[in-house]
Amino acid sequence: MAYAAGVDVGSTQTKAVIINEDAEIIGRALTDTGANVVLAAQKAYQIALEDGDLEEREVEYVIGTGYGRYRVTFGNTQVTEISCHARGAAHMFPDTRTVLDMGGQDTKAIRITDTGEIFDFCMNDKCAAGTGRFLGAASSALEIPLPELGSTALKAERPVRISTTCTVFAESEVLSWLGKGKKIEDILWGVHQSIASRSIGLLRRVGIEDEITFTGGVARNIGMIKALEEGMGKKLNVSEESHYMGALGASLFALDHILASRAPSSDVVEELA
Amino acid sequence: MTKKILDDGIVGRGNRDGARLFREWFSSLGDVAEQERNAAYVFVMGSMAEVLRTFDIPTVFPEINSLQTAVRRVAHEYLNEAEDYGYSPDICGYVKADVAVQLRNGQHPMGRIPKPSIAVLTNACNTYIKWAEIWERMFDIPIFTLDVPGTRTAGGQTWQGDPHFENDRRYVAAQIKELISQCETLTGQKFDIDKLREVLGHTNTMNQGWQRVLDLNQSHPSLFNALTDGTVYLGVTNGFKGTAVGAQYFTDLVEEMEYKAEHGIGTLTDEKYRLIFVGVPCYPIFRRFNEMFTEWGGTFVNSTYLWFASGGTNRGFEYDLNRPLESLAEGVLISVRDAMDSMFYQDRILVDMIEEFGVDGIVYHPIKSCRTVSTGLADNRRSVMSNYDIATLFIESDMMDRRVVSEAQLKNRIDAFFEGLASRKHKAAMAG
Repeated sequence: MAYAAGVDVGSTQTKAVIINEDAEIIGRALTDTGANVVLAAQKAYQIALEDGDLEEREVEYVIGTGYGRYRVTFGNTQVTEISCHARGAAHMFPDTRTVLDMGGQDTKAIRITDTGEIFDFCMNDKCAAGTGRFLGAASSALEIPLPELGSTALKAERPVRISTTCTVFAESEVLSWLGKGKKIEDILWGVHQSIASRSIGLLRRVGIEDEITFTGGVARNIGMIKALEEGMGKKLNVSEESHYMGALGASLFALDHILASRAPSSDVVEELA
Repeated sequence: MTKKILDDGIVGRGNRDGARLFREWFSSLGDVAEQERNAAYVFVMGSMAEVLRTFDIPTVFPEINSLQTAVRRVAHEYLNEAEDYGYSPDICGYVKADVAVQLRNGQHPMGRIPKPSIAVLTNACNTYIKWAEIWERMFDIPIFTLDVPGTRTAGGQTWQGDPHFENDRRYVAAQIKELISQCETLTGQKFDIDKLREVLGHTNTMNQGWQRVLDLNQSHPSLFNALTDGTVYLGVTNGFKGTAVGAQYFTDLVEEMEYKAEHGIGTLTDEKYRLIFVGVPCYPIFRRFNEMFTEWGGTFVNSTYLWFASGGTNRGFEYDLNRPLESLAEGVLISVRDAMDSMFYQDRILVDMIEEFGVDGIVYHPIKSCRTVSTGLADNRRSVMSNYDIATLFIESDMMDRRVVSEAQLKNRIDAFFEGLASRKHKAAMAG
């Protein structure tokens, strides 16, 4: 049995996934990236190996993805997280045509074809508004842990409108609403709606087509799922593995390479490399 | 003569000569500055160089001066100086770098820039008008604004023989006569129509050469990179318009490109993907920006920049030397209108070019500090994609300001674009 791995070094967290030849997840890991990107990749990979009860030599091919993809020093090649999230989403939900990936500093809207190719993509530019960082700022200002943000926001009764588009200024706006005596849950729901609104704008630029799959760390936030679904009037596919979707996609590309190397013809991954 | 000797002499000559001419041009501007002679500040879209050359008035292109500060990696110093002076970070970077050049009494990395005696501009870019007003206030000089009627509706251009075209031509011709009067007043020289005829003859050679060079890049492999080499050719197009030197340069350039086409000599890139560039280059990281494409085997076979930044001379308009003034008005009308259309209605031309140039993808590059050229690119891209199954990339940075250029973000998107192109090629190959 051959194994393939994907290591997604994001701005905030590093994810690793190991799959078998049947594309089943055998091991996974999630660590904070921190300042030492090389170490973060190594650590995540080692944890994933332990999680899958595997030896390093059993993994035939490793692909790095994410902003730190070139720092996955033990990897065989690199593929962008844009391609990897699309691939992972299409693997989990084969009818996916639109992907929204919301990470620590990037939000990506990706349109894919019925054959799984990327048709178009669009990302936030030069500004972290509408990304996970925006939620981080709210979490810090309101002193609510990140995992509780979504559930707290869903308790809102009279949500406020967060008008600023800047993550840094958003923190000031949150504090000003607190100063006006607004409830934390009402402010938080306003934050979620603000992020959802920007993300839907990105999605519209590539064209929203069913089915829509939501990936990335923020996909664990039930408040964000609700805000997006309300904003679009559509249901989202959300997998238990959403957070690992980039790493999963990378591992699937790695598996392509392994399988193609056994076949006479070349594979797309060789071309990508 | 052996092929090796010909290769050594011809291949790359356009870049070598272009760089030399560029240095000589700036050196001559330095002399004008030192001697405090007349100089006209003009713009790439409608420079009216033919009229100004007839009066031996040297032309200064502040747009080119500004982009040179970015290419030479000192733009931030100039931008900061203009912002310290009070200009907003949100306005055109070319304007701000020029303001700083003026504040420094013409000091520029390429030499000293003379002060203007007159500013000549068109309405091709809305910023031109406000920019010239700055010089008017700074130097108390006359400004001449040529109002060129643009295309009223997409695909709605009129041509010679059409009454609307004739009205527009007469409107432009009347303005050119006013410019001639102003030049007579400025220089004390009488207008010499034979000299204009001679200048127009040189421009004809340049325009036809320029169009031929652009067409020759349909060759496989492509003969020059529209983003990098093309920018060198553009410099000569603008700086030497209407001169014997410019005419000789383009005659030589055509010879070089024909030689390369005949011998299958392409750019240095191992050409895998043929691309079109839409917008203005990212000058703060000019070389690196291009490398992010060539590393994947991508090369730019054409660009809208080569059209509008050459003032629409890519159309190869040929002046009728038997009726120079009338023909000049026609040429200005058609070329400047085409330059504007290259910015606003480029989708139709691009779709035509996909087949002609064997294009694999189109790269749209809106820039923060030029809304004129960037507004509408998203719509144009959508229009192209709805009419043609072509891969496109939409990346944003700036032509001048490195503070809004993020190489990591650009690379991520460029890499993803090529991954998609590779996947397309692979699937097409599998499908047979």
